[in-house]
Amino acid sequence: MGLFSKKNTEAFKTPLLKENPVTVQVLGICSALAVTNKLEPAIVMGLSVTVIIAMANVIISLIRNTIPNRIRIIVQLVVVAALVTLVSEILKAFVYDVSVQLSVYIGLIITNCILMGRLEAFAMQNKPWPSFLDGIGSGLGYAMILIVVAIFRELLGSGTLLGMQVVPDFLYAAGYKNNGLMLMAPAAFFIIACIIWFQRSKDKNLQEK
Amino acid sequence: MEHFIDLLVRSVFVDNMVFAFFLGMCSFLAVSKSVKTAVGLGIAVVFVQLITLPVNYLLQTGVLAANGIAGVDLTFLAFILFIAVIAGIVQLVEMIVERYAPALYSQLGIFLPLIAVNCAIMGGSLFMQQRIGLPAENSQAITCFADSVAFAIGSGLGWMLAIVLFAAIREKMEYCNVPKPLRGLGIAFITVGLMAMAFMCFSGVKVDKEEKTPTEQVQNVAVVQEDVADNGI
Repeated sequence: MGLFSKKNTEAFKTPLLKENPVTVQVLGICSALAVTNKLEPAIVMGLSVTVIIAMANVIISLIRNTIPNRIRIIVQLVVVAALVTLVSEILKAFVYDVSVQLSVYIGLIITNCILMGRLEAFAMQNKPWPSFLDGIGSGLGYAMILIVVAIFRELLGSGTLLGMQVVPDFLYAAGYKNNGLMLMAPAAFFIIACIIWFQRSKDKNLQEK
Repeated sequence: MEHFIDLLVRSVFVDNMVFAFFLGMCSFLAVSKSVKTAVGLGIAVVFVQLITLPVNYLLQTGVLAANGIAGVDLTFLAFILFIAVIAGIVQLVEMIVERYAPALYSQLGIFLPLIAVNCAIMGGSLFMQQRIGLPAENSQAITCFADSVAFAIGSGLGWMLAIVLFAAIREKMEYCNVPKPLRGLGIAFITVGLMAMAFMCFSGVKVDKEEKTPTEQVQNVAVVQEDVADNGI
């Protein structure tokens, strides 16, 4: 079986759109909402989750036949917690400002349901390489939603992108105001609802009865 | 005692786990189809939070803190230790409840394992870790064991309040004619958003008596009025 056989690319592509972890499987919502009021932390968070999920998938997939069924949740949690500790220390060392902004949400990657969901549903049954691709796919699918939400919130809420001013001064002079609500909790819910709305009106199969 | 109550009320309404920090959203959205199950899960969360958070507080101050075991700073182990405690205690609680309170077990049974991966529990412990360092006069500060108990009860109750309210709204929404693409998840998000807006009102409530001179207060009021005028409301 080739490295990029049809089945393997499927494992990578399905979680990107058709089975997107956030909008279709409803996993990992907590952090998707919490870290998206600025673009930069959203990107860092998306990448961290992608790395952690890919590595955790590979590790669990390697040891999947030796884990006793009864304690598999705890084994999975410990593997994930070790990876998250690593990533958190790396972030503190290299991008300290962002790690302060992400605060507890980096630690909360441990209880991010995307990880547990993918480990249970995919890595426990599949070989390491497809598990790795599935992890990368799920992580990127998650990062994509994070980035879209963050672009809307930062643009409308602070008029900037990645900290650079985007909305020109003459608009402010003409009376344009940043929408403060965009930086608050409710706006995140509304934007995700709009993304879901958009996706489900395109793809009728996803609609609920 | 006063700080205990401040912290309790604050963590139920102002720092609500769901509406202010988005924690425990997965089970919040998945298990809120009926009020009865929502109450069950809510009680289970309060219960587990009440046990894990104080235990983690003791671990944080006794083992992990700067001068913990043998004077080595073990703070970086916090994630692994906390999650191990949570998973272990959930397992333990499940067994104890099964043995001594079968009636409660048959109600909570299916929810207990879910709670190990509920971010509200882990989040509670991580927030506790952050708040230990706050100055004592801050109403969010957790300075002693009793404070951690107050925070545990408050955050658990806040989560329960949120999920029960949401489930009640969702039950009524069954009869509404929602646009097809929004059915289920989409409208659920919009509802939570509106509820979060309602809960934002609580953030104006000053629970703690901050030592403010009258002039300062007057200035604050003036600033608020200016803001309101600015926004043209």
